[in-house]
Amino acid sequence: MTLPLAPPARSRPTARRRPAILSGALWLAPLAFLAVFYFYPLGSLLSLGLSRSAEGPAAPFLEMLASPFLRGIVGFTFGQAALSTALTLLLGLPGAYLLARYSFRGKALLRALTAVPFVMPTLVVAAGFSALLGPRGWLNLALMGLFHLPAPPLQILNTLGAILLAHVFYNTTIVLRMVGDFWSHLDPRLNQAAQTLGASRAHTLFRVTLPLLMPAIAAASLLIFLFDFTSFGVILVLGGPRLTTLEVEIYRQTVSLFNLPLAAALTILQLVFTLGITILYLRLSARVQRPLHLRGGSLTQRPLRGLRERLLAAAMIGVLLTFLVTPLAALAARSFARLEPEAGQPAAPRPAWTLDYYHELGINRRRSLFYTPPAAAIGVSLAYAAATVALALGLGLPAAWSLARGEGSLARRVLDPILMLPLGTSAVSLGLGFIVALDRPPLDLRASPVLVPLAHTLVAFPFVVRSLVPALRSIRPRLRHAAGILGAPPLEVIRRIDVPLVGRGVLVAATFAFLISLGEFGATAVVARPEYPTVPLAIYRFITAPGALNYGQALALSTILMAVCTAGMLGIERLRIAEVGEF
Amino acid sequence: MARRPFALLLLLALLAGCGPRQGRTLTIMTHDSFAVSESIAVAFEAENNVTLRFLVSGDTGEAVNKAVLAAGNPLADVFYGVDNTFLSRALEAEIFEPYDSPLLEQIPDAFELDPTHNALPVDYGDVCLNYDRAYFADRGLEPPGSLEDLLRPEYRGLLVVENPATSSPGLAFLLATIGHFGEEGYLEFWQGLRGNDVLVVNDWETAYRTEFSGSSGRGPRPIVVSYGSSPPFEVMFSPQPPTEAPTAAVVSDGSCFRQIEFVGVLRGTENRDLAEAWIDFMLSVPFQEDMPLQMYVFPVNTEAALDEIFTLHLAVPENPAFVSPEAIAANREAWVEAWTETVLR
Repeated sequence: MTLPLAPPARSRPTARRRPAILSGALWLAPLAFLAVFYFYPLGSLLSLGLSRSAEGPAAPFLEMLASPFLRGIVGFTFGQAALSTALTLLLGLPGAYLLARYSFRGKALLRALTAVPFVMPTLVVAAGFSALLGPRGWLNLALMGLFHLPAPPLQILNTLGAILLAHVFYNTTIVLRMVGDFWSHLDPRLNQAAQTLGASRAHTLFRVTLPLLMPAIAAASLLIFLFDFTSFGVILVLGGPRLTTLEVEIYRQTVSLFNLPLAAALTILQLVFTLGITILYLRLSARVQRPLHLRGGSLTQRPLRGLRERLLAAAMIGVLLTFLVTPLAALAARSFARLEPEAGQPAAPRPAWTLDYYHELGINRRRSLFYTPPAAAIGVSLAYAAATVALALGLGLPAAWSLARGEGSLARRVLDPILMLPLGTSAVSLGLGFIVALDRPPLDLRASPVLVPLAHTLVAFPFVVRSLVPALRSIRPRLRHAAGILGAPPLEVIRRIDVPLVGRGVLVAATFAFLISLGEFGATAVVARPEYPTVPLAIYRFITAPGALNYGQALALSTILMAVCTAGMLGIERLRIAEVGEF
Repeated sequence: MARRPFALLLLLALLAGCGPRQGRTLTIMTHDSFAVSESIAVAFEAENNVTLRFLVSGDTGEAVNKAVLAAGNPLADVFYGVDNTFLSRALEAEIFEPYDSPLLEQIPDAFELDPTHNALPVDYGDVCLNYDRAYFADRGLEPPGSLEDLLRPEYRGLLVVENPATSSPGLAFLLATIGHFGEEGYLEFWQGLRGNDVLVVNDWETAYRTEFSGSSGRGPRPIVVSYGSSPPFEVMFSPQPPTEAPTAAVVSDGSCFRQIEFVGVLRGTENRDLAEAWIDFMLSVPFQEDMPLQMYVFPVNTEAALDEIFTLHLAVPENPAFVSPEAIAANREAWVEAWTETVLR
C-alpha cells in the first residue's frame, strides 16, 4: 500500500552552492570547541599513553587483540547494550504512544517524573534499587513479613538483571521524549486514511506509523545504545565483580593499574566502535528520513474515551511508574525512615519514621570548611546547568542546522559521526587529558571550575544535535520554497519558517542539556572545586562517609534533587504548552 | 534566549573568583575525602597572610594519576592524600621535592615509609573485619577473632568483602591476607573463603550499607571488611547515639592492614616556603586533632589527643599486617589478577 507522502527531499532541486559555504561557516564554532576541548586533550593523553609502551606503540594493541579476557569483555559490552536498548524501546514506545496521542490529567507530572531517573547519580540509583529490591528492600521486607520467610527471597543485585533494569530505568525517558515528541506531531489523518482504505490497526502501525517514526526511533536507539555501551557506574555498582565492560576496564587499567599504554589502546577501540555504530546509524537513518507535514500537538491529541482506552492507559502508566518511579519512591521513603532492629528478631527490622536526616542537612555539625547548605549546592548545580544549556545550544544549533541542510554533503558524512565521539569517551580519560594538554597559558584551565560546564557540554552536545536534526530535516522544503518565491529573503525564511517549526526540537534539546548537567558525576568529580559542589557531589560526600546519619542525609539530599528536577521539568512543560500555537 | 549568554558570563565571573584578593595563594591538591574545620583553615590563612585554595581531584587513584601526569609542571603547591598502596607510583614519577620537617620528630618511625622525606606521613586508618555484635550475641555464637576463624563452618555465608580490583578497602584487606599468610599461602586462604560462601561486591558502600547487618541498611551478612574506625562512627553518626557501638572491629595480630596517607611539596612549586609552612601545620597538633572527625582518619603525631568517643569505642591493632610500598607497586596487578582468578572465575 502506498500513501500520498511527499517524495524524499533529495529529488527536489535546491540551490546547493550558497548553503554549502554557509554550512561551512556554521561548523566553525562547534568544530573549534571540539578541537580544543575534546580532540586535543584526548589526543595528547592517547599519544602519551602509547609513547610509554616499552615495546613500541603497536604492542598494546597486539596485547589487547590477543587477550581472550578482553574479547569476552567486548562481547559482554555489546550484548548487554543491545539487550538494554531493546528492553528500553519495549517499555518506552507504548509510553511514547500514550503521551503522543492522548491528553489526560496529570500528564505533565507523569512526563516530569519520568525524566527524574536521568539525573540521579549511580550510587543513589543503586541505593534506590537496594531500598526496593535489596536484601532489606521494601519488597523483600514485605515478602518476608507476609510469608514469614527467614531470608530475603529476591536476589537481584550483582546480576545481569540488575544492569538491564537500571539501564531501562535511566534511558526510557530518551524514548518518551525523542520519539514521543516526534509522534505527537505526526498527522493522525495518515492513519485514519490508511484505515479508511481498509488497513487493519496492526497493519497501519507497521506500515504507516512505525516507518514514519523511524528517524526518531533510530536517533533515540543510537543514544541509548551508546549510553549503555559506555555505562560505568551501573556496571560497577549493580553488576558486581563478575560482570565487566570496556568502560570499566579502561577505568581499571587507567586508575588502579596505571597501565596507560593498554588504557590508550582500549580507549581507541571504544572510539572505533562508537564511530562504527554511529556510521551504521547514519546509513540507516538516511533511508528512513521523510519530510512530513507536522501538526501541532493540539490537533493530534485527544482525551481518553471509553473503558477500554482508560484501562489500557492506566496499565501503561502503571508499568511506567513501576519501572521508573518506584525505585525513587523507595529511596525517598527511606530518607524518612530509620530501620530499627527488633530485639531477638534481627532478621525482620521494622521502619520508624523521622525527619532527622533533613534537619541535619541544614547544620554544619562538624564546622567543616567545605560544608555546603543544600540550597547552595542546588544553586551551583542550576548555574552549571544554565551554562551548559546555553553552550550546548549555542554550539549545537548551527551544527544541527547545517547537518539537516547538507544532505549527502561532506558535513553529513564526515562531521556528523565525529559529534558522537564524546559519548564514547570515559570521563576519567577526558579528565586526565585536560591535565596533560591544557597545562600552558592561555589555556591552563586545569584548576578552573569552567571545566565543569565544558565537560557537561561535551556530553550534552550529541543529544542536542540528535534532538534537533530530525526536527529540522522534517520541515517540508516546499514551505521554504514557497516563502522564497513569495519574495522572502533567506534570513526571513529562517526566521518565519525554521525558527517556529524548530522550537519544539530546541525545547527537547535544552531539556536534555539541562538534565545531563544536573546529573553528571564522573567528569564533575575529577574537575570540580570543593567550595562549589554540585548536588550529586554533595550526595557522594555523604554516601561515602560512615554512619547512619550520613547515609540518611545522602538519601535526603537525593530526594531534594528529585524534587528540583521534577519542578524544573514541570517548568519546561509550561513552555511546551505555549509553543503549540506556533504550528 | 537572549539572556542566557549573560547568565553564562555572570557565572564564569562568579566562579573565577573575581572578588578582591590580597596576598598570596597556596594551592593544595587532594582527594575527594579531604575535609578540614573552617576555624583551623582560617587560622592558617591569618597566620601566614595567605589564601588557601583546595583542588579536589577525584578518588585517591585519580588524584595521584593527575599529579603524576603533571609532574614538574604542577597544578598545585602541595599534594596530600597519596597512601602506601600508591606511594611508589608517586615517588617513581618524582612528583615531590624532599622536605625535612622538624615535626617528623613527633612521629613514630613506623609511619615513615619514605626515608628520603619526599612524602611525609600525616594520618593512618586500619582496614579490619567488622562484625554485628547483636547478631552473635542473639545466637550465642562466638564472634570471629582472627582471619583463620573465617574458615570455620559456623561462619559459612556470613562474610561480605570488597573487590580489590575496584575498592580501596578491598585491596587493603587482600594485602592483609598477603602480609599474614605470605605470598605462598594467601590464595589457599581465599580458596577456603570461597568454599565458605564469601560474598564479593565492588564497593564499600554496597558491602557496608546494603549487605552488612550491623549498619543502617540492616543487610543479611554480619561480618564485613570495613575500617577499624567504623564502630565509633556508628555511635557518633546515629540519630540517637547508643551507649555501646552496635558493631566491633577485629584487631588481632596480622588481621588488619594499615593505610597511611602522605603529604609532600610538589616539584616545581613557586611557593616553597608556604608549602613547607602548610605541611608543618598539617603535622602539628591542632590539625592532627581535627582530622578524625573531618576525614575519619587518625593522627600520626603522638602528641595529638583523641576525642573521648574514640577512647571509648575505638580499637587499634597493635600489629597490623605489613606489605612494603615497593612490593605493592611491583606486584599489585599480579596479586589482584591471581585473586580474581581464585575467587571470581
